Amino acid sequence: MKDAVINNSLLHLYRRAGFGSIPEKDISIKKAVSRLFQESETFAPIKIVRSESEKTEMSDVMIPVSAVDMRKDRMRKNREEIRDLNATWMSKMAQGENVLREQMSLFWHGHFACRSADSAAVESYLNTIRKNALGNFGTLLLEVSKEPAMLQFLNNQQNRKNKPNENFAREVMELFTLGRGNYTEMDVKEGARAFTGWGFDGKGEFQFRENLHDNKTKKFLGKEGDFRGEDIIKILLEQKQTARFVTGKIYRSFVSEVPDNQRINALAEGFYKSNYDISQLMRTIFSADWYYENVSKAMLIKSPVELVVGIQRTLGGAEFADKEHVLYIQKVLGQVLFYPPNVAGWPGGRNWIDSSSLLFRMQLPYLMAGVATPKVKAKESGDVNDQTVKKKGENAKIKVDWSKWASRFGKISDEKLLPFLSAELLAVQPKPSVMTLISDKNKDIPDRTERIRRLTLSIMSLPEYQIS
Amino acid sequence: MKRRDFIKTSVFATAGTMLIPQFLKAHQSGIAKDANGKILVVIQLSGGNDGLNTVIPYRNDIYYKERPQIAIEKQKILTLNDEIGLNPALESLRRLYDDGRVRILNNVGYPNPDRSHFRSMDIWQTASNADEYLSAGWLGRYLDASCSGCDIKPHHMLEIDDTLSLAMKGEKANGLAMLDPRKLYQQTRNGVAGSLAKTFKDHADEHNQVSYLYKTLADTESSADYLFEKGNLKGSQTEYPNTELGKGLKTIAGLITSGVDTQVYYVSLSGFDTHIGQRNQQDRLLKQYADAVGVFVEDMKKQGQLDRTMVLTFSEFGRRVKQNGSNGTDHGTANNVFLIGGPARSSVVYNEAPNLTDLDGGDLKYSLDFRDLYSSLLKDWLGADDEAILGKSFAGLKGIV
Repeated sequence: MKDAVINNSLLHLYRRAGFGSIPEKDISIKKAVSRLFQESETFAPIKIVRSESEKTEMSDVMIPVSAVDMRKDRMRKNREEIRDLNATWMSKMAQGENVLREQMSLFWHGHFACRSADSAAVESYLNTIRKNALGNFGTLLLEVSKEPAMLQFLNNQQNRKNKPNENFAREVMELFTLGRGNYTEMDVKEGARAFTGWGFDGKGEFQFRENLHDNKTKKFLGKEGDFRGEDIIKILLEQKQTARFVTGKIYRSFVSEVPDNQRINALAEGFYKSNYDISQLMRTIFSADWYYENVSKAMLIKSPVELVVGIQRTLGGAEFADKEHVLYIQKVLGQVLFYPPNVAGWPGGRNWIDSSSLLFRMQLPYLMAGVATPKVKAKESGDVNDQTVKKKGENAKIKVDWSKWASRFGKISDEKLLPFLSAELLAVQPKPSVMTLISDKNKDIPDRTERIRRLTLSIMSLPEYQIS
Repeated sequence: MKRRDFIKTSVFATAGTMLIPQFLKAHQSGIAKDANGKILVVIQLSGGNDGLNTVIPYRNDIYYKERPQIAIEKQKILTLNDEIGLNPALESLRRLYDDGRVRILNNVGYPNPDRSHFRSMDIWQTASNADEYLSAGWLGRYLDASCSGCDIKPHHMLEIDDTLSLAMKGEKANGLAMLDPRKLYQQTRNGVAGSLAKTFKDHADEHNQVSYLYKTLADTESSADYLFEKGNLKGSQTEYPNTELGKGLKTIAGLITSGVDTQVYYVSLSGFDTHIGQRNQQDRLLKQYADAVGVFVEDMKKQGQLDRTMVLTFSEFGRRVKQNGSNGTDHGTANNVFLIGGPARSSVVYNEAPNLTDLDGGDLKYSLDFRDLYSSLLKDWLGADDEAILGKSFAGLKGIV
């Protein structure tokens, strides 16, 4: 911060597209948007689950029911690996170069919400989402739909000729593409028939089982033919409503919880015309003048993951001393990655907030800075196998280089420190009475680094900091 | 004047409502118009309690045939009628039964049961259909509906825990999670939370997220103050078992007897996911449960509070009829539910024992929908509009509360 200028638009952009990282230099929005996309062009899959060869010795489904210990052992391994995937993805969000890609991936994880007990399936699903996060929505939809994790979660493995299971066909329309009220029960039935035979094999690869596929004629959304799953997805993408539905959801997550139909329709029109180019849609949003106007009227409540990662990003990508603690925080605040409450994803917004979650959120910066120890216990899920997440985060500390953080503000005079930090860290500026409180609480601290550290933590624990 | 002093003053002030601070007025106009209003205590058994080893169809040979290692020995069973009896670990519950305070409902469930813990728990907590996803709980919606237009305070519904269950989250209002009033009070006094809460002025901009957060904080603080002042901080004077549930119920008993304005209490006991070596684990937990509830109900009775206090006990599902290969049981479907407390009358086993021959893939078929039970509790016990809260009309269960 050479010139010590606050560029609110730039900070607004980075809060929402960059997990709250703070750009090193004051650059134009145009440049910043380009840079965000440029930095996210590359993609590297997360690979931590045990190698295929080790796994294929005996796939999970082949272990006999009687081999209780073996099954138990396998389940435990799976859980540990899913936990590692969670922590690894979190650190990519907090430190990785591809910040916009990860931010979008988190959105798609909520959109294509899915749980799986198989770590290899979770890893594959995660990488499909991350790979396509800024690519083509049609490709993303098709590839996620073919993920074993999704096929299993929505019971398409059981969807077969003469014995259809409609779960997948319904959700693909209700939650992934059209939204409720834009299809009939008949479309669900006929769509389910088209998806018969979609499944996966013992190695966790997608498999079209032709002998289980219903190859008779189906009528779907006004069309008729011997449709297969791919055809249904193609027809869904032909519907403008799909573009509108997805754009509406992106708008609510990145712009404002109060929808502006005129804007959404215009964006959806462009999204549809571009053949569902996600990057182009996001670029249009981030480049629009209205994106930076009336920001205080378009407040979003940070999700728990955004809050945690935001603190880390802001403080220079500080890492957790023990990655398990990130899970503890997720659990207490109600957003554990790969464990969405159901296929509709996390409800978000004010749903994140109640008395106890708000008090914990306000305490969180102190826990992460190692100033306070958490006294809160996460709830037990009731599942006997679900013991891998610690119930208490004894030391949920991240490693922050405070002198580096303080050096950013070298040119700011002492009396300007608080307003400057507040402007950098908060989307909405607190009332003067709140500023006075913070200032009183942190006066007479001679050491400048310490003073900045205390002020930063005070600001991060404000209700205003929950806003993006 | 400090708020605490203010409350003390107002407790002795009889001259009109002028002296009563705003936040006290708010909950006076809230859901409980009556200091002796009805109270619902929900005890959640997490993990899927094995109902068949809880309330046992001891005359049924199939029960013993399907559970050679884990069936409860016939001679140890606490018989209730010539069909069913209780697990011997539930001796304290048996005493309550003999005292006319227990209703046992068998085969409670819902259509197209889900055998996943998290999903089935959400279904029970939101009262949704199996294929429906709701983001507000049934008690949260009760709180929402309890007083439209007036100021609902979080302490109207208390969960004795660090985090709030989905059941207690409404669309507009939320219950409050706390381990005890003192800890909550300290939490709000921690750092600047309390001082921040005091900066909140009700400017009633419903769409403003910052106001919403400050209002939540101010409400939390005012509830913390209220419970700290009015609630019995030591909990009940009676001695309770030194278990987590025992401590939770002691806290609840203290709050009920001190007359705080709370209609619903929620507390959970976990560990019922007994896939392996079920007998030791489940019997130990059932004893913990029954012993704590036994003391609680006796305490409420002694304090003259039992007539207005009803305890609902449920679990997210029951377990498979046939035991598995490791002396445990796997996830099942329909289950029994206990209603304990309320006015004295004779105890009943409300409906037929589980049918062990007519199964759905090895699992019990439900005969009572849990939402019929909720409907009766809402309408007949809490005096609420059950249909609005549950989203549709349920016939309810006759004579249940």
